Amino acid sequence: MMGIEDAGSSSGAGATHDEERPPPLPPRPSLQPTPKDRASLQSKPTTALSSMTIQTLSFPDGSRGTFSTTVDDSAADDRTSPTEGHDVSALGFHPIGSARKQDTDESMSIMSMAPTMRPPGDLESLLVGDMTKRSPAWMLLQSQSASIQPFEVIRPDHSSTFAEFEREFADIPDESNRDWNDGDRLQLWKSKLKHYMILSSAGKPIYSRHGDLGLINSSMGVVQTIISFYEGAKSPLLGFTAGDTRFVIATEGPLYFVAISKLGESDSQLRAQLNALYMQILSTLTLPGLTNIFANRPSTDLRRPLQGTETLLSSLADSFTKGSPSVLLGALECLRLRKSHRHSINNAFLKARAESLLYGLIVAGGKLVSVIRPRRHSLHPSDLQLIFNMLFESGGIKAAGGENWIPLCLPAFNNRGYLYMYVSFLDGRPDGSASTTDASDADDAIAIILISPDKESFFTLQKMRDDVVTELKKKGHLDLIKATAVQGRPLVTEIAPSAHISHFLFKSRANVQFCMPSLQPTFSSLISHRRLMSLYSHLHASMHARHSHLKVLHCISDEATSLAWITPIFEFYCVAGPNTSRAVITQGANKIMQWAKREEERLFIIGGGVF
Amino acid sequence: MADSNAPKPSSSVKLVLLGEAAVGKSSLVLRFVNNDFQENKEPTIGAAFLTQKCNLPSRTIKFEIWDTAGQERFASLAPMYYRNAQAALVVYDLTKPTSLVKARHWVAELQRQASPGIVIALVGNKLDLTNDGEPGRGDGDSEGVEGEDSGDARKVSTEEAKSYAEEENLLFFETSAKTGYNVTDVFTAIANAIPETSLKSTRGPGASNAVSRGGEEQRVNLNGPREAAKEGCAC
Repeated sequence: MMGIEDAGSSSGAGATHDEERPPPLPPRPSLQPTPKDRASLQSKPTTALSSMTIQTLSFPDGSRGTFSTTVDDSAADDRTSPTEGHDVSALGFHPIGSARKQDTDESMSIMSMAPTMRPPGDLESLLVGDMTKRSPAWMLLQSQSASIQPFEVIRPDHSSTFAEFEREFADIPDESNRDWNDGDRLQLWKSKLKHYMILSSAGKPIYSRHGDLGLINSSMGVVQTIISFYEGAKSPLLGFTAGDTRFVIATEGPLYFVAISKLGESDSQLRAQLNALYMQILSTLTLPGLTNIFANRPSTDLRRPLQGTETLLSSLADSFTKGSPSVLLGALECLRLRKSHRHSINNAFLKARAESLLYGLIVAGGKLVSVIRPRRHSLHPSDLQLIFNMLFESGGIKAAGGENWIPLCLPAFNNRGYLYMYVSFLDGRPDGSASTTDASDADDAIAIILISPDKESFFTLQKMRDDVVTELKKKGHLDLIKATAVQGRPLVTEIAPSAHISHFLFKSRANVQFCMPSLQPTFSSLISHRRLMSLYSHLHASMHARHSHLKVLHCISDEATSLAWITPIFEFYCVAGPNTSRAVITQGANKIMQWAKREEERLFIIGGGVF
Repeated sequence: MADSNAPKPSSSVKLVLLGEAAVGKSSLVLRFVNNDFQENKEPTIGAAFLTQKCNLPSRTIKFEIWDTAGQERFASLAPMYYRNAQAALVVYDLTKPTSLVKARHWVAELQRQASPGIVIALVGNKLDLTNDGEPGRGDGDSEGVEGEDSGDARKVSTEEAKSYAEEENLLFFETSAKTGYNVTDVFTAIANAIPETSLKSTRGPGASNAVSRGGEEQRVNLNGPREAAKEGCAC
């Protein structure tokens, strides 16, 4: 009990600079305070009257979740940032802009780490501010608070937003299903949190993630009318907000792309997603192909030339909706291997190289193992994203079994012509002859991908694959790759024990690659994964906002504490429980950073095999 | 790789599948190669290459199968796959008349451009959707096809397709990749119909330049698979 009282007084001391703050609250009798209580509370969870104060509020009965519900409604009202234009608070993340607005005199606010307020310093300098807080009560609090994981506390408004998320990817029944009428189906369509639409500038629908085009034809018509109105006025529409929904529009030649999101992504992130869909279309048709189609007949129905790629667009769209670190960071993930092993695999790969080869990749469980490429060319992440999506996200290739020979355009490499991609999934069988099976599951499937400009080179590349596999088997590398892929990503506790960090993303900017720990155990469910990715995407958006020159950003919400740190070398984002102090998260970040530096040559492919 | 158990001669046969999108080409191959079936399979992109052995009484045939994508935009790549092929499966969907039209186009193109000795089989797939699917399997789930009366979604009559096949000297089968009905029979019949002289005993990548040496022979006359089988077995 002593501890509690100490904590109370400490909280009062911490808040002395705020004259209007009520004295430390007595233990609340009920977890459901009356509206009157809420109105009287000046502090809001977002405004970071230092995390300490907030923690104290919930202290007396030990139920630390209580504070979040108490101030929820009043806080939500004015939390919407006018600059953002849409209510991102629905995701439990509060833009710094709004926090700063409310707390301009709050010198303790560690959310507003704008360079104007502090000299741009190293991360260590953040530690200084915390020295004054090391009271015994604070230490006690810390010892308890670290056990709370991000998003453990779920606020009512959030759970309603995400209640639908489990059903986000379910199909809308089509007309053949007699149990559903159009009204119900339209209702279901509207309940989806994320939509992507593609239409031609003549107004012909091309693609929609949800609902068959018959169902939403009229919506497409409205969209086309709005867009072309602005086109006509020579002032293209880029985006608009309706309620909690953000619409972003991208025009690419004869095509309109529309993203509709209730998930609180930033415009630039949505735009990047639309661009990826455009790249997928180019990958199917090439730019001259697409241009010709519409030059000859502007009213062409593009669905026919794109037939069969709907699943690729949808799997791409769904990976955005689920939240993909790779897409967010525009980087790739590699399989962690010893430097000597990777070197040896590269050499085996290079040794077997066929004359006509352009790029060769070995991929295991969606992670890059080895790349060989000509000296003059590197592979662009957006092209690799298309390939990975085709091979690992949409089931078409792997389910078919056998080897595949796929014409495709890699738009970032050259959007004017086709390359030919040989794909072979290896199974784990010891004799693994030319025929492969669909037995291995997505998580650890090993694929060899060989790309050539010569459409007749299938059998040459097949031979190369056989040679590579023989060589890798002989040295035991294949088993090694398989074992590493099955093992998966390390837990964050293995990387930095007792760092109190729940998850992180580390991107090496020079290598355009990233690494992250396992999503287990905290973020393994679809919803918690989405919430984590939303948090990352907000951090990312804040760091990359056009006029922000942030180096370090520390954010506190009532659900999670997060830290972003950007240098010319790397980008780092991490998340910890809501009560984690700045000092703790900073120490954790440093530990992970040391690990990443130490492991750099294992985590990332540096250079790759060049010929 | 080599079959060690039998002294039977083994030859590889290059086979290509052609036909409109979504008629079930990949499903036929999957049934033949892995004896498996996947509902709502995603479309093939480009082409898939698979191999499967077929044991005949007198020899082993190793099929090297090119399963091509049916979409229009891949049509220009088709010659790459049927060039040098000794056999072709032209597949249509029994519940979709336009797919037979497309199949006729493929047959015409093969007769015009492929190796002269090529063995062509016309295959009507999705028999499980019709009333005369495999006995006892009449559970026609007409997956979006607007079949007017319950069960039977057949839109192409057996007679129509069969008489066309006879005109053009094609093998003819109605199959169901879903139930497996008739699938292996198609491949066995093709194996039997391949003329002895066009078989080579080489395997592997060299098959790409296996220009049909039986090129100068006339097209195999096939009244039925059985008769063809006799021809094929004379070794």
